[in-house]
Amino acid sequence: MIEIIKLNKSYGSLAVLKELDLIIEHGKITYLVGPNGSGKTTLIKSILGLIKKYDGNIKIDGTQINGDCEYRNEIGYMPQSPSFPENLTVKNIFDMVKDLRNTAKNLDEELISKFNLEKEMSKRLKNLSGGTLQKVNASLAFLFNPKILIIDEPTAGLDPVASGILKDKILKENQNGKTILFTSHIISELEDLAQNIAFILEGKLWFNGTLENLINLTGEKNLERSVASVMLGKVV
Amino acid sequence: MNRILKIVKYQIKDNIRSKWLIGFSLFFLIISYWLISFTGDSSKVILSLLNIVLIVIPLISIVFGTIYIYNNKNYITFMLSQPINRSSLYSGLYFGLVVPLLISFLFGIGLPVIFNLGIFSESWIALSMVFISGVFQILIFTALAFLIATLNDDKLKGLGISIFVWLFFTVIYDGLILFLLQVFQDYPIEKLALGLTLVNPIDIGRILTVLKFDISALMGYTGAIFENFFGKNIGIAISFLVLLFWFVLPFGFGLKIFSNKDI
Repeated sequence: MIEIIKLNKSYGSLAVLKELDLIIEHGKITYLVGPNGSGKTTLIKSILGLIKKYDGNIKIDGTQINGDCEYRNEIGYMPQSPSFPENLTVKNIFDMVKDLRNTAKNLDEELISKFNLEKEMSKRLKNLSGGTLQKVNASLAFLFNPKILIIDEPTAGLDPVASGILKDKILKENQNGKTILFTSHIISELEDLAQNIAFILEGKLWFNGTLENLINLTGEKNLERSVASVMLGKVV
Repeated sequence: MNRILKIVKYQIKDNIRSKWLIGFSLFFLIISYWLISFTGDSSKVILSLLNIVLIVIPLISIVFGTIYIYNNKNYITFMLSQPINRSSLYSGLYFGLVVPLLISFLFGIGLPVIFNLGIFSESWIALSMVFISGVFQILIFTALAFLIATLNDDKLKGLGISIFVWLFFTVIYDGLILFLLQVFQDYPIEKLALGLTLVNPIDIGRILTVLKFDISALMGYTGAIFENFFGKNIGIAISFLVLLFWFVLPFGFGLKIFSNKDI
């Protein structure tokens, strides 16, 4: 469970997050929705400890995050646009992260085999296509069986087969009890994944609840239209 | 510590395959080979090498170091989402770049020298000063590069500042000292000149080497004061201490800022 308590973050005079309170429930898939510039990325970066200067508290499974980095052993993060040292091979980067995480046991290599990454292992990262890089990125996030998965635009750059594999994997890990937080602008493709919707608008939590609740609230027929109508200010 | 070494290991693996670094090695190799085979005179070779080391190495280190941080921005984000603390990553990236730079410098200049050791038999102290200066220039200017890139999120601004810092220490600073000496030529300001020289890492590198030749007499009274200072063990010790400070301060300051920065 991730608890975000009265989180305030501003860049200069621009307040990005304003007293944001949010609980990301344990074992659920939470879909973080919001227009561009609403503070989604800032929120994710704060959870990951990439942003250090903020007011408020972030607790992961009851422990407040501070300067210590070890809590990230329990987090798998799939960034939207990954980049790795370009002269290393795919195998090098897997070895490196395994080395740094210092866990050889209990590895989840399902995505590596499903994405057929074995045959890419000796290629240098600069020679990979954007889609393959994204597959490496996804495989790394799931590799260590983390309790919490944070996924930024999971299907961006992936072909339909690969994005189907990734969606199945997300559902499967959720059934294994993982807490998953993801964000994406491709709503129609991903709404079937969402068990909870956290809607952020102008740095505040506008809605937190199930998909049905949001649809009932807005009176639209699906998530995409509900989100659009909220963004357009039709629902107050 | 262990994690720093692991990061360094993979960064070295990446950087030694970089076309740029291979290019630097070849550049140093060709220049020093060319100097040795066409001049043959050890003091001319050493002075030419010294000028290359003191002008080109700071430029390469500071520009390459700055670009390195900007190009690895997303990679830094990725690494910091792993259980790695900020100071391990910063140190890992730094030494992962400095070690390949040192290798390419020592290999490029060292190889032709080793094959022609005979001509340097009289002047090996001056020659080793060239190498020591080069090592310090790499350490110092890469640390400055990391500091500048950490302080400025804008790539163009950071690169501009880096090039200015290089220009300042190689050209502008010496110009200012000459200007001072000229304006205040009626006053005994040799000690001030000495002090000012001690602040510039490039100048220290130059003077340490030049004073190992018997040409400081040509530098007049100021030269005598310099020789008096740098020729003594305490002078050399102070020079190395200043060089060490120039490495430790920017590195430590950059590390501290990086540790508290929003990525």
